Amino acid sequence: MDTRTLLQWPIIRQLTGDDPFGRGNAVTSEATASMTPRTADADSVANSVCPYCAVGCAQLVYGKDGRVMHVEGDANSPVSRGRLCPKGAASEQLGNSPLRQTTIRYRAPYATEWTDLDYDTALDMIADRVLEARRNHWEDADDEGNTLRRTMGFASLGGATLDNEENYLIKKLFTAAGAVQLENQARI
Amino acid sequence: MAEAHPVAFQWVMEAKRRGATLIHVDPRFTRTSANSDKHIALRSGSDVILLGAVIKHVLDNDLWFEEYVRAYTNISTIITDDYLDTEDVDGVFSGFDPETGTYDTSTWAYEGETEKVDRGLPERDETLQHPRCVYQILKRHYARYTPEMVEEYCGISREDFDYLVDAIVANSGRERTTVFAYALGWTQQQGGSQMIRTSAVLQLLMGNVGRPGSGIMAMRGHANIQGATDLPTLFHILPGYLPMVKAGQESFAEYTRGVGRKEQKGFWANADIYTANLLKAWWGEHATVDNDFHFDYLPRLTGAHSTYQTLGRMLENKLDGYFIMGQNPVVGSANGRLQRKGMNNLKWLVVRDYYMIESATWWKDGPEVESGEIASEDIGTEVFFLPCANHMEKAGSFTQTQRMVQWRDQGALPPDDATSELQFIYELGQRIRAKLKDSTDERDRPLLELTWDYPVDEHGEPDAEAVLMEINGRYLTGEKAGQPLPGFAEMKADGSTEGGCWIYCGIFKDDVNQARRRKSREEQTLVAPEWGWAWPMNRRVLYNRASADPQGRPWSERKKLIWWDEEQGKWVGNDVPDFPLNKRPDDPGDPSKGGPAALAGTDAFIMQPDGRGWLFAPTGLADGPLPAHYEGPESRVPNPLYAQQSSPTGIHPQHGKDNLNAPGVKPGGDVYPYVFTTYRITEHHTAGGMSRFLPYLSELQPELYCEVSPELAEQLGLEPYGWMTIITARSAIEARVFVTERMRPLEIGGQTIHTVGLPYHWARGKQAIVTGDAVNDLIGINLDANTQIQNSKNNQCAIRPGRRPRGEALRELVREYQERAGIVEIDGQIHDATPQASHNAEDLEHTIEHADIQSDYMTKPPPSKVDESEQKGGTR
Amino acid sequence: MSLLSGPEGPITDAGWGHEHHRKGFFTDTSVCIGCKACEVACKEWNQNPADGERKILGSSYDNTGALGANTWRHVAFVEQDGDRIEEARESGRRLVSLGMPGIGPKESRTAEDGAPLDLTGADRSHPDTPEFRWLMSSDVCKHCTNAGCLDACPTGALYRSQFGSVVVQQDICNGCGTCVGACPFGVIERRDDGTISPKGSRDERFDQDVPEMGTAHKCTLCTDRLIDGEIPACAKTCPTRSISFGDRDEMVADARERVAQLHERGMTEARLYGANEKDGVGGTGSVFLLLDEPEVYGLPPDPQVPTAGLGSMWKRAGLSAAGMIAATAIAFAAGRK
Repeated sequence: MDTRTLLQWPIIRQLTGDDPFGRGNAVTSEATASMTPRTADADSVANSVCPYCAVGCAQLVYGKDGRVMHVEGDANSPVSRGRLCPKGAASEQLGNSPLRQTTIRYRAPYATEWTDLDYDTALDMIADRVLEARRNHWEDADDEGNTLRRTMGFASLGGATLDNEENYLIKKLFTAAGAVQLENQARI
Repeated sequence: MAEAHPVAFQWVMEAKRRGATLIHVDPRFTRTSANSDKHIALRSGSDVILLGAVIKHVLDNDLWFEEYVRAYTNISTIITDDYLDTEDVDGVFSGFDPETGTYDTSTWAYEGETEKVDRGLPERDETLQHPRCVYQILKRHYARYTPEMVEEYCGISREDFDYLVDAIVANSGRERTTVFAYALGWTQQQGGSQMIRTSAVLQLLMGNVGRPGSGIMAMRGHANIQGATDLPTLFHILPGYLPMVKAGQESFAEYTRGVGRKEQKGFWANADIYTANLLKAWWGEHATVDNDFHFDYLPRLTGAHSTYQTLGRMLENKLDGYFIMGQNPVVGSANGRLQRKGMNNLKWLVVRDYYMIESATWWKDGPEVESGEIASEDIGTEVFFLPCANHMEKAGSFTQTQRMVQWRDQGALPPDDATSELQFIYELGQRIRAKLKDSTDERDRPLLELTWDYPVDEHGEPDAEAVLMEINGRYLTGEKAGQPLPGFAEMKADGSTEGGCWIYCGIFKDDVNQARRRKSREEQTLVAPEWGWAWPMNRRVLYNRASADPQGRPWSERKKLIWWDEEQGKWVGNDVPDFPLNKRPDDPGDPSKGGPAALAGTDAFIMQPDGRGWLFAPTGLADGPLPAHYEGPESRVPNPLYAQQSSPTGIHPQHGKDNLNAPGVKPGGDVYPYVFTTYRITEHHTAGGMSRFLPYLSELQPELYCEVSPELAEQLGLEPYGWMTIITARSAIEARVFVTERMRPLEIGGQTIHTVGLPYHWARGKQAIVTGDAVNDLIGINLDANTQIQNSKNNQCAIRPGRRPRGEALRELVREYQERAGIVEIDGQIHDATPQASHNAEDLEHTIEHADIQSDYMTKPPPSKVDESEQKGGTR
Repeated sequence: MSLLSGPEGPITDAGWGHEHHRKGFFTDTSVCIGCKACEVACKEWNQNPADGERKILGSSYDNTGALGANTWRHVAFVEQDGDRIEEARESGRRLVSLGMPGIGPKESRTAEDGAPLDLTGADRSHPDTPEFRWLMSSDVCKHCTNAGCLDACPTGALYRSQFGSVVVQQDICNGCGTCVGACPFGVIERRDDGTISPKGSRDERFDQDVPEMGTAHKCTLCTDRLIDGEIPACAKTCPTRSISFGDRDEMVADARERVAQLHERGMTEARLYGANEKDGVGGTGSVFLLLDEPEVYGLPPDPQVPTAGLGSMWKRAGLSAAGMIAATAIAFAAGRK
């Protein structure tokens, strides 16, 4: 142990420095001396917007290794000035909650339990079912002969929590398929 | 607002610090009331009486902003002599058909030669003396909306009423403005559209529209509920508020003329251009002038196909499949039990969410499975749960409550199988198209010819900016071919441009994603035009021409926003002018041209076919040109104003015995003696899918509670923080008792009205961190005819202390009350308990076809004459 | 008065020289909307475990209960009737007439954006006593001038930072718990003392990472964020500026101005808490504007640092130490023989 290290001992710092009672810099540990905010480890900061209500508070999303490590308000925003409500402040947990379901689950008709399913199979099954439902309830015209060109076989609900681009594509694809029963929370 | 939009409430608190008066009118004393200068409790559902009385006060005492109103509203317009008011027909307007519960709205039209009315030039009487001018009609219509009526039927003292009126009057005019903010307290009422309309009438009279610090603020509740209305996942509209096509509208010309006639004033005259650009964006090279841009590819409506009509189809076994993407209907929609019952009948269901929400697991741990009413083995629905990316794990845009679009960058990768909806829908579309690729069936052509090719990244995620670019639109020919359109004025109906949503045109101006701009608020003006992008054309205040006087000068220095600059010969100011830029204030307009050119220099309301703000709405509403008060569908208070008890156009499908109403004013009404109202609280989010699964939020409000007054608690023997059971004509739930002086009984029309409050965020299930009974199980499906939104804010219930029964006994309890109320007989026959014309599920879809169905409380540019066109379209 | 607070102020006394400003919160409960964003933002930044009972506590909208090892911001909700409001108004009025220090407006008031406050048309009259009110108030560690926890810590785990905040060093704390009893506000707590551990760590519904189980925890004033020039997470997120953060002197001045402003509007129930340097903890780093007596919010009316008598204790300890040294010396001397 060299003299230099010895001089870093708290008791020596306390007796020789400006902190004789050992309540401040004399007792700081190495971890304290090198303290940084945990966001210093972030490898990205993305500009984002709160996903809860429609005020549109700006968020800064700190990422590390492809995961979200922290979320806080963006003080530059003319809407929110960096502030978030409890829900917005919990956004990190929205992504990292231990209850998040991250794999596909499948429940067969009349089954009592879930099973697993891979993405490709699920997508294929859903596409088949959409086409079948579309066929089953296709309507070319009403009783008076007016064009309908639609299907009443499937419906879609949701959009108020999704992006503009997603809403647009949902409306576009399903309308082209002839579906009219497309709805979201705005109705409720 | 402090409860559900706390961060927006900072601006209210700033205004208060600067001396603004904050008045909170709400049946309950909430966190907003706690921070207001004044809380005025009113009986839930009596809003039109209150605001109608304010209108009457303002008219009787000549307190309206005369110069503004005369120039910018239809106050002097004369209405046809076929029009009959509620004053004339005792509670309904002319054109009512009691058989169908609908209106023929043709008698509400403007007076004048058809040709002139079509050009936005109806008969007017500037002296305001004509008995059929809007001013005189308004005065007659609101004559009975007196302060005494407010005291007796809203439960608001004369003193408080005076305080409210004086505050509004003192804070309106040249120097000052008043703003109304509302949320679901208005929309979730049968008649909610007319509550909002009442405030619109008042705000127009006071000159509080189109000016800084004015208007009516819809505080919307989901991050992109505005965008999901603009780029709608809604049955009744196409992008940019173009209506969906109705059966009978066979041609492009017929349809677009219905949306907006070329000869009418304002920007809806260009409906053909907007439609052509949308169709061109969707069907690309296949859409040409010659084939009307494949207008024939669009499916047609035959009435309302809202989520509640879809539920009806489920119950009748007429719906095979259902996608639920980021919504939780078994908890969030009215009559949750019925929602679950409907889902039992589906062949398949796809749920996309972050968590195992109740709408994904109802077959396994829903209330009916828990009670033994049905077993999982008896439910044949095939369920796919697909995990989805959250807002941080994908790039895209949200449109917030003031129409401002904000882009989000991607901050992380979605875990495991999670994908964005963008990727899911894109890949589903590719899969469907691949399966159909050899089809020669004519009905598959819209899918096969659809423009469906977006660049993807290494994870298969489509480029959301490429989609936004399509929404913005492009030049297709000429030297600018391929470049983004700078604004909708550049759109053409000749196939040389395309654009998926005309009101979003310009969001990619200069090839820059304008929604992605984040210039600090400290580096720009208070209007902050360089943060995000607001539709249309980055305007922050709609109809801001009205912020200047008819001569183009700001009404006052302190309230200036835009004004006419004579030297530059254009409108200038702090916001993007919502007016043709070079049109002089004294421009008379050119009626021969139609469209924007026909607007006079004072026609501030540029989306209206007559350029005026509508005090009286000749079209656009299913239930009357002026707001009239009707009691809620289960109210026990006789309508003090009209013989018509509740909304004559209210929609109430009975669905067997599963959607009964309490008798209300009829015998048996006293079985359900108390009013209950539902709401959100700060710590949770709607049906809980984004809050009850988060430890930090769950612990803040862990249990369902019911707020009751000390008086009612004592009367019923409710123990504070013990249990109580709430019973309605639909179901019964249990909640913790929360006795609070924040709830006060009101003396209404000689009876004491007790209201209890229930936040609706909880649900039964085994997945979330906190559980509780689902409040929406209590609520019936009683819909507003304009919006198809259910009445959640004032319904009737019975209350008893203690927990609710379990198992079969729960249904027995509900039935016992139904029998006592006489809404079912012992043999199971149903009485017609509804106080209004009720429509059963079969004819529901066909009862409201001429309604211009508005969604939620969107800030919508009123489409002109949509209704009339729909009627002309022959769908009746 | 404790000997531990010298005239130089706590930061200089702690050996950080003269160039640092003591930082602190001003929590203005008159604009608190009770949203609890501070509670969540604090937990998220500090990665504190969820710890609620997940039952309604029976305390209005407060289901958090109290400050503790896992909850460093706590919002209290108090429902009051008109009589109580009048009493609060009267007691506040008395405080002023007793010459509560510093009441009186500053020369010019400005809004946050620098523009002069526009009070045209503002109602200056004495408001009617409302029939009912709902108080909300966000509590936090006081970062006392004479901090009992800091004085009591036998290991040097607690220290005062260059910002004046009192912080537990997790790498030093041995979980002895001496600090817990030394805090007059009941703020500091061990995360797990063998009998009480965070609810989340023993829950069947989800797993929760609970770091630093055995040691003492409390608000750090987000000292880690301050190093980077950021403000504490609670103050940053607070929607209505009910929690503001800055140089303690300015916070106290703002608080005094705000009290004066409210009194001017007839809200004489407004009073300061923690701004008095002559109180039992030498004044707090976190100051509050309350609208009623401190007890109403669950705050001690007259907090006393247990080490207030430390001066005389030192003297006695010195005497006995000298005696021991003498005795040892004698023993050594005797042993040489």
